Amino acid sequence: MTDQSVDTAVEELTKPRNQWLDVWDQFKTHKGAVVGLGFLIFITLFCAIGPFVWDVDPGKLDIRNKDVRPIYMAIFDGDAKTSWARPMGTDHLGRDIMANTMQGGRISLAVGWTAMILAVLIGTLVGVFAGYFKRLDGLLMRFTDLVLSLPILPLLLVMMLLFRDPLRAAFGPEQGIFILIVTGIGITSWMQTARIVRGDVMAIKEREFVLAARSIGTPARRMITRHLLPNVMSPIMVSATLGLATAIITESALSFLGLGFPSDFPTWGKILFDSVDRMTAFPERVIWPGLAISLTVLSVNYIGDGLRDALDPRIRGQ
Amino acid sequence: MLDQTPAPLVSVRDLKMHFPIYAGLFRRRVGEVKAVDGVSFDVMEGETLGLVGESGCGKSTCGRAVLRLYDITSGEIRIDGREIGSVPQPDLRTMRPTMQMVFQDPQASLNPRMTVEAIIKEPLDEHTKLTEAEKREKVAELMDAVGLNRKFAKRYPHAFSGGQRQRIGIARALALNPKFIVCDEPIAALDVSIQAQVVNLLEDLQEKFGLTYLFISHDLSMVRHIATRVAVMYLGKVVELSPREALYAEPLHPYTKALLSAVPEPDPALASTRERIILQGDVPSPSNPPQGCNFCTRCPAVMDICKQDEPKTHEVQPGRFVACHLYNDTADRTAGTEV
Repeated sequence: MTDQSVDTAVEELTKPRNQWLDVWDQFKTHKGAVVGLGFLIFITLFCAIGPFVWDVDPGKLDIRNKDVRPIYMAIFDGDAKTSWARPMGTDHLGRDIMANTMQGGRISLAVGWTAMILAVLIGTLVGVFAGYFKRLDGLLMRFTDLVLSLPILPLLLVMMLLFRDPLRAAFGPEQGIFILIVTGIGITSWMQTARIVRGDVMAIKEREFVLAARSIGTPARRMITRHLLPNVMSPIMVSATLGLATAIITESALSFLGLGFPSDFPTWGKILFDSVDRMTAFPERVIWPGLAISLTVLSVNYIGDGLRDALDPRIRGQ
Repeated sequence: MLDQTPAPLVSVRDLKMHFPIYAGLFRRRVGEVKAVDGVSFDVMEGETLGLVGESGCGKSTCGRAVLRLYDITSGEIRIDGREIGSVPQPDLRTMRPTMQMVFQDPQASLNPRMTVEAIIKEPLDEHTKLTEAEKREKVAELMDAVGLNRKFAKRYPHAFSGGQRQRIGIARALALNPKFIVCDEPIAALDVSIQAQVVNLLEDLQEKFGLTYLFISHDLSMVRHIATRVAVMYLGKVVELSPREALYAEPLHPYTKALLSAVPEPDPALASTRERIILQGDVPSPSNPPQGCNFCTRCPAVMDICKQDEPKTHEVQPGRFVACHLYNDTADRTAGTEV
């Protein structure tokens, strides 16, 4: 080996291109994912920063200005009750819909993300352990079946009834309910992930590269983190995106049944359900929160899709 | 050729690897597949022991069992002076750097989500305390040693050809300076033109690093090229173990004769005069091997005793071991040692 070749090789090896740049390059080629990411950033900023800009109390009643239509209604119907002070209109109690959507989005997004992360963590953990350790498989999978066979909504309702008051006392009304809902949704929606991950882990475990790692002497914990998890990333990602949607929707169902957040506490789901009675007269009250939920879920789906492709070196290489 | 050292590096005695079969409603154990059933051999330091046999005869299982990638049913395995046959898996970790493996399918044996550098570096991560820069340098050296361009370190396995992937696998096996490498059909999945390259690479590396190989293959001509001694397996047992030249010149066991007669002869003139032994029937199921000799159902020279007694392995000529009743007399005369 000549000195010159060492120099050039060292030079090349010391400045390796960051692999996350490659991932980003591939991600950018997925148009849906980029649009989805853009929308997700927009909706997150809308909910996070919006209330500081649009400084209206979402809970404030203003009976004199109730049932104001959104500002764009003036275009179709000159007689409609519109006001620039209420660009998205008000509901039947005169609460500002824009402020409510922002506030509701904060809660919905927080619940969705936290519950989804919790569910995916539990599901992945259970799935990997059941798939990798044969001895745990029977036990963990029967437990998964058990949870899967429970009727989720009644279970959640019972949980709310039992734990609402102690948690409220411990963490305050909002914090307590938030923890309760997130844990409730999290521990009742991890089973699909666990099953998918278990199946994939079992298949990958039999591949030769796992055998090769065993011949090197890689212990189980690093076998899982180095060889198994990166290879089951795609199904985890898919169930995560679906999980986010389910979490937001479950939360709104709970709110609808009156066992979610307190009534003066808006979430997208609750705004939606509150408006169902007068949907024909005021369709915008259903359309906007509904659109917010579906577009958020859709954009997360697309991001997950793009991310999955970007993280796969076989696709990335092309 | 190279066996001046008296003590073998690897010594396997009566290795058995039986896989249980579960069936029925309650998954009861109804039998077992005797993939490897009482195999014994020695591998001297620096030599290459070829392990040949038709597919399904337990060659690969034997190779993997020797490295304790399976929990063996019974038997002794002694590698580099240490008995590893009955050691629990976690305690084998310290032993792993001594013994490594090159796998058959280079596509399947490399993690598709890891770069070449990460793949070759894995053994270093597990067993050495080198710094990142030292590891990178070592990886680059290994890539040089197996003839891969250092620039490819950040690429993923899918971007390589079959031969290159096998080189990555070989580099990984070499990373910890092992003494003993099991090559599990390392050339079977490769193009013929690449096969020669990889085999020559293995030979060069053997010379350079003083490696000892257990070379598993079904390609008899390739084994003839690389092996010092050859063991022939049939249905989980070694039927013949001989030095290469003697085995190819004068096969003793009827199965070896049949196997060698199946090697294609490139010269058409010779090929037309050659006697081809065609075996009748199929290999019996390893879950239900025949009574007596495993080969008795297909053997052209079958005798009554073959269907009753299992033949013992005898040294019929110096260095040549055969398990066949045909050679019992010779064995008795030469007071054959059992292996």
